[in-house]
Amino acid sequence: MDRDKMLHEIMALDFALIDLNLYLDTHPTCTETIELFNNVAKKRKVMIESFEAMYGPLTAINYTNSEDMWDWVEEPWPWERKYGCKE
Amino acid sequence: MWIYEKKLEFPINIKNPNPRLAKLIITQYGGPDGELAASLRYLSQRFTMPTGETKAILTDIGTEELAHLEMIGTICSQLLKGADCETLKACGYDPAYVDHGCGIYPMNASGVPFTAAYLQSKGDPETDLIENLAAEQKAKTTYEYLLHMTDDPDVIAPLRFLREREVVHFQRFGEALRIVQDLKDRKTYY
Repeated sequence: MDRDKMLHEIMALDFALIDLNLYLDTHPTCTETIELFNNVAKKRKVMIESFEAMYGPLTAINYTNSEDMWDWVEEPWPWERKYGCKE
Repeated sequence: MWIYEKKLEFPINIKNPNPRLAKLIITQYGGPDGELAASLRYLSQRFTMPTGETKAILTDIGTEELAHLEMIGTICSQLLKGADCETLKACGYDPAYVDHGCGIYPMNASGVPFTAAYLQSKGDPETDLIENLAAEQKAKTTYEYLLHMTDDPDVIAPLRFLREREVVHFQRFGEALRIVQDLKDRKTYY
C-alpha cells in the first residue's frame, strides 16, 4: 500500500480510538465498546508496525529501525503541505 | 507525560494561500475560545478532579486539544505559505507580518496576545466542569463564525471536523458533570 493511503488509514483508526477512548472514560463498564476499542487498537498496532518498517517513524520513542541515520529528522513534517501527499 | 506522533489528527492540505483567513483562524490558536486555552484549562483542572473517570476525561480531552492546536497552526501556516508582500498588504495581514512575519503566534483575530485570563481552574470539580460546557459551546460557535468566512473546501473540511469535536467534548463533559453530581449526593468529596 502506498504511504499516503496507509497514513490515512492509520489516521482513521487513531481517530476511532480517540473517540472511543473519550466515550469509555465516562462509560468505563460498557463491555461492547471495550471490545470494539480492543479490536481497533489491535488493527492499528499491526498497521503502525508495517508503516514504520516502510516509511519511517511515527513516534521517536517506539522506533527501532534507525541505523546510520536518525530517521526521525526526515522531512516533511505533518504541518507541511506535502506531508499528506509525498511523491 | 506526552509523546509526539508525527501526524495530524485530521488531514490538512490547503492549496490556495489566503492571509486574510489566516488572520481570522489564528484566534482558535491563541484567542479566548481557542485550542491553547482549552488545553491549558483541562490539563490544569484535572488535578482537582475527584474520580478516575473525571481525571481521565480531563486528561484525554486536554490532550486532544493539543492535537487541535497543531491543526489550527497547520491551517494558518499553509494559508500564509507562498503569499507575497503585496498580497499580505492587500489582505490586511501587514500589522501581523511586522510583529511575527509568517510565524504562528498565539493571539486572537485582532492580534492581542494569548493570556491565561481566558481560562479558569477553580479547584471545584462541579464549577470547572460547568465552565467547560460553556467553553466547548463557545468554541463551537467560533468555528461556525469562521465557516461563514470562507468557501475554500480545503479549509472547510478541517474546520467542520473541529466544530464537531466541540460537540462531542460537550457531551462528555455533561456526563462527567453527572458523575461528579452523583458523587456529591453521596459524600463530601473535597
